[in-house]
Amino acid sequence: MPFGAPKRGGPGGARGKAAKDAKGGDKRRGGGFFRRRKVCKFCADKIDDINYKDVKLLSGFVPERGKVLPRRISGTCAKHQRGLRVAIVRARQLALLPYAAD
Amino acid sequence: MSNRTYELIYVLKPDAPETEVADLHKQVADIVERMGGTIDKSENAAPWGRRRLAYEIGHHKEGFYVLEVITGSAELMKEIDRRLKVTEGLLRHLIVRVDESSIKAERMRAKRTEESRRRRVARGLPPDRQPGEGPQGEDNDDSGDMMFDGGEMEA
Ligand SMILES: [Zn+2]
Repeated sequence: MPFGAPKRGGPGGARGKAAKDAKGGDKRRGGGFFRRRKVCKFCADKIDDINYKDVKLLSGFVPERGKVLPRRISGTCAKHQRGLRVAIVRARQLALLPYAAD
Repeated sequence: MSNRTYELIYVLKPDAPETEVADLHKQVADIVERMGGTIDKSENAAPWGRRRLAYEIGHHKEGFYVLEVITGSAELMKEIDRRLKVTEGLLRHLIVRVDESSIKAERMRAKRTEESRRRRVARGLPPDRQPGEGPQGEDNDDSGDMMFDGGEMEA
C-alpha cells in the first residue's frame, strides 16, 4: 500500500458519547466477529467530495483483488458509491490504485 | 467562457532527470500563459514526486508524479491534454475539473447546516448551537468508534 500509514484518525473521538450510547447500542445486530454496522462511511464522516487523490481512503474500498467493494458489504449509500467509483477509476488511471486482477 | 479550476497530474519515468521535469512543467506553463490561465499550485514533493506505481507500466515500478492546479478555459486544458498525449516518456496523465465538485460539496454542507437549524427550531431550540451545549449536535448519532468502519477494511 503506497501510504502504509496508520488508520484514519479524523474527528470523532470522545465526542458527546455518553448521551449517544443508549441510542446507538441496538444498531449493531448479528454479532459475528466481523459483522459491522452498515452505515455509509461518507455520510457518517460528512465527506461530500470523494477525492481520487486520497489513496488511503479509497484503498479501504478496493480489497485484495482490486475490485470495488460492493455496497452490500461496505454499507456505502448509492450516492456515495457512485462518487467512490469515479474516484477509484481516476486513481487507477494514474496507477495510484491497482486494476482488478482476473 | 468563465474560468474553471482543474487538477492536472502527470507521471514521468521514475528516473527522469530534473531538467526533463522542469522542461515539461515549462511546456505546460507556457500553454497556460499563452491561453490566459494561471497555475495556482505546482507540486512534485511528497506525496507526489517519486512514488510506487500500483501496477507496472512498461517495466516501471515507480513513477515521478507532478500535480498542477490550473485555472483557465476548457480549450486551454484541451490543448494541454493534446500536448501531453504526444509527450514521449510520459507514463500517465489525467485532467480533472475540480471547481464543480467543491461547489457541490459546499452546497451539501450548507444544506446540512440548514437542515440542522430547521430541526433545532422545530424542537424549540435556537437555530444555532449555544455555548455550553456540549460538543457536536444531534446530527451526529454515531459514536466515535463506529465512524471508521471503512478504515477497518484496509488491512
Ligand atoms: Zn453516503
